[in-house]
Amino acid sequence: MPVYLDHAATTPLSAPALAALTTELSRSGNPSSLHGSGRRARRVVEDSRETLATAAGAHPSEIIFTSGGTEADNLAVKGLYWARRAADPRRRRILCSTIEHPAVQDTVEWLARHEDAVVTWLPVDADGIVSLNALQSELDDDPSSIALITVMWANNEVGTVQPIRLITAAAAAHGIPVHSDAVQAFGSLPVSFAESGLATMAVSAHKIGGPVGVGALCVGRAVKLTPVQHGGGQEQDIRSGTLDAAGISAFAAAASDVTGNLPEESDRIATLRDRLISVVEAAVPDAVLRGHRTQRLPGNAHFTFPGCEGDSLLFLLDLAGVESSTGSACTAGVPRPSHVLLAMGLSEAEARGAQRFSLGHTSSAADVDALGAALPEAYQRARQAGMASHASSIQTAGTGFRL
Amino acid sequence: MKVLAAMSGGVDSAVAAARAVEAGHDVVGVHLALSRMPGTLRTGSRGCCTIEDSRDAWRACDILGIPYYVWDFSERFKEDVVDDFIAEYAAGRTPNPCMRCNERIKFAALLEKALALGFDAVCTGHYAKVIEDSDGNRELHRAADWAKDQSYVLGVLTHEQLKHSMFPLAETPSKAEVRAEAERRGLSVANKPDSHDICFIPDGDTRGWLAERIEMTEGAIVDTDGEQVGTHPGANAFTVGQRRGLKLGTPADDGKPRFVLEIRPKENKVVVGPERMLAVDQLRGIKVSWAGLPIDAVVNGGEFDCMAQVRAHGDPVDAVAWMEDDADGQAELVVRLNEPMRGVAPGQTVVLYQGTRVLGQATLDSARSLERPELQPAH
Repeated sequence: MPVYLDHAATTPLSAPALAALTTELSRSGNPSSLHGSGRRARRVVEDSRETLATAAGAHPSEIIFTSGGTEADNLAVKGLYWARRAADPRRRRILCSTIEHPAVQDTVEWLARHEDAVVTWLPVDADGIVSLNALQSELDDDPSSIALITVMWANNEVGTVQPIRLITAAAAAHGIPVHSDAVQAFGSLPVSFAESGLATMAVSAHKIGGPVGVGALCVGRAVKLTPVQHGGGQEQDIRSGTLDAAGISAFAAAASDVTGNLPEESDRIATLRDRLISVVEAAVPDAVLRGHRTQRLPGNAHFTFPGCEGDSLLFLLDLAGVESSTGSACTAGVPRPSHVLLAMGLSEAEARGAQRFSLGHTSSAADVDALGAALPEAYQRARQAGMASHASSIQTAGTGFRL
Repeated sequence: MKVLAAMSGGVDSAVAAARAVEAGHDVVGVHLALSRMPGTLRTGSRGCCTIEDSRDAWRACDILGIPYYVWDFSERFKEDVVDDFIAEYAAGRTPNPCMRCNERIKFAALLEKALALGFDAVCTGHYAKVIEDSDGNRELHRAADWAKDQSYVLGVLTHEQLKHSMFPLAETPSKAEVRAEAERRGLSVANKPDSHDICFIPDGDTRGWLAERIEMTEGAIVDTDGEQVGTHPGANAFTVGQRRGLKLGTPADDGKPRFVLEIRPKENKVVVGPERMLAVDQLRGIKVSWAGLPIDAVVNGGEFDCMAQVRAHGDPVDAVAWMEDDADGQAELVVRLNEPMRGVAPGQTVVLYQGTRVLGQATLDSARSLERPELQPAH
């Protein structure tokens, strides 16, 4: 069995989620149907909604089930933008942090290209914390032009936790809605939608032990959202589409499980993470921990390794049976320097050496030790392989080959 | 052996990788991302680094049960292949970017990274054969199927590079056989069309693509005596052997059509002349390399009989060749052809063979008919 250090990508199903999923999959019934089977399925969905609401600190009527985090982010950003602009056409600006997940970043850029949105990117400091000064000066400057603010709760690559309460407090003074992608935070940190002051908040099942393909958007009761997906009018007409009773039930089971054990499990994983950081720093003294040292997700350890490509390191660790990630999205499998690291002020060369190790509910000290054992040789070899941008030292006709 | 299979997404490299797996090697598939913008979808049979190609390579690796990675060589490819291609054209030469890619990317940048990561060899779907003698020295030979033989585009590989090269399709009787084998193995790329043309020129319009990148300046068209017979919009827009589009005002003395014989970029001149002068007898090549160890005649500084080939699918011609030092002491390969060859331009690669064996190659610096006087630069 390989050592799995990529829980931020997806984490194994928890036992309660698996039980709920298999139970519901073996039954039938559309929650929108009025007969007995439909009523039974609807009961499951509504029980799950209440369970998830409790876990997320929201009211059940504030939970809109979606197909996952990406859809929830799309619905929030587009829905808020369209609704706010419809109410006042001057509201065309979106304030967005420079370290958002592509589900938010790409949506914002799409709105700029196709819907006349004007994006103001909020910078982050070297630890990846969004600048409150920059936010405040935008708010002071021209608040009536701002449609929404979007800042993720905790970053998916470097794990830095953002000052969400301070952001929502500043925005509230001008009545501007704030969206947050809490996909990485929910289940790892105490997250309360009610206390956050957010207008909308995206969460996903498969990051917390639930199945892939289900998520939710928490939408404050006073918040108006223009729907993105049209159809049968499910989910208060905000998100049409037949409800996935099995996925929703498993999501709720996972959420209840993970938030029920949150303080203890979070401490256990944070201790493991600190051990992992020490192990990496001992194995490769040149490695640089990225993100804030303490204000970070308990399961996240992110490093840059100087002089090597993150994908070489990933490849060599994979060969050695350790599964990690470069942390950033790729296009057709082509790794790109992370926009998050670039926003934190790293050079492209530094950013290319990124490697993220993320822990979760199945992680153990043995996993961390296995990484420590595999890393020194992998790092040596990856350094030898060097950077892909360097010219090859192999002599050929074109370089003046001589026998 | 630990083998890195370079997977283009096509049928040849997929079957080559399958054979390497079957031979008991520890194989990992790698697709090379060569474009900065990989977001293009396949159109027709062109290109070799689209999203679809990457997915096809990935799928082949799934079926073979081997790991798959995409490595980004776009920066190197741009500098070593694309920029070189433009610079060569701007200098009035006609380069072969596929050879350049083999020389500097697949069997240099990729090979070097592979060796550093612990691999022993790079395996590709080229149709060519590597033979090892009892001393462990390697020779490059033509593939069994001469119709598909790709030894020409590998002629630039050095002994060092050949030591780490693996071409499992060497003995394949035909391409149809490879497709049938892919079908048998359940590889979905079995019927994928072959790629043609230059992968980084998406619509195949090389002239148009170059025109956007090379500055064109109007200049003179001259005859073989140096007399101006017309004007051109830019010397780089012409190819040796071209007849159409010259728009010559003054007719030839004999009234026969004239052809582009030479491009002289430094003087921005296009030299035209009668068709018979397109036939060249003597080639001079620079940037010489030997595919494996050089033969004795080269080491001893003598002449040797060989066959010369100047394009990927051109017929080889009997020739005598020898090495000379030019005025600056640079080694040059001189090839005297036993029968003249047509349409040969500087920048092309001449690959020398003895039988099936590839001896080595050089980049043509000049190719001319011995009947034609050498033009002196204008004052």
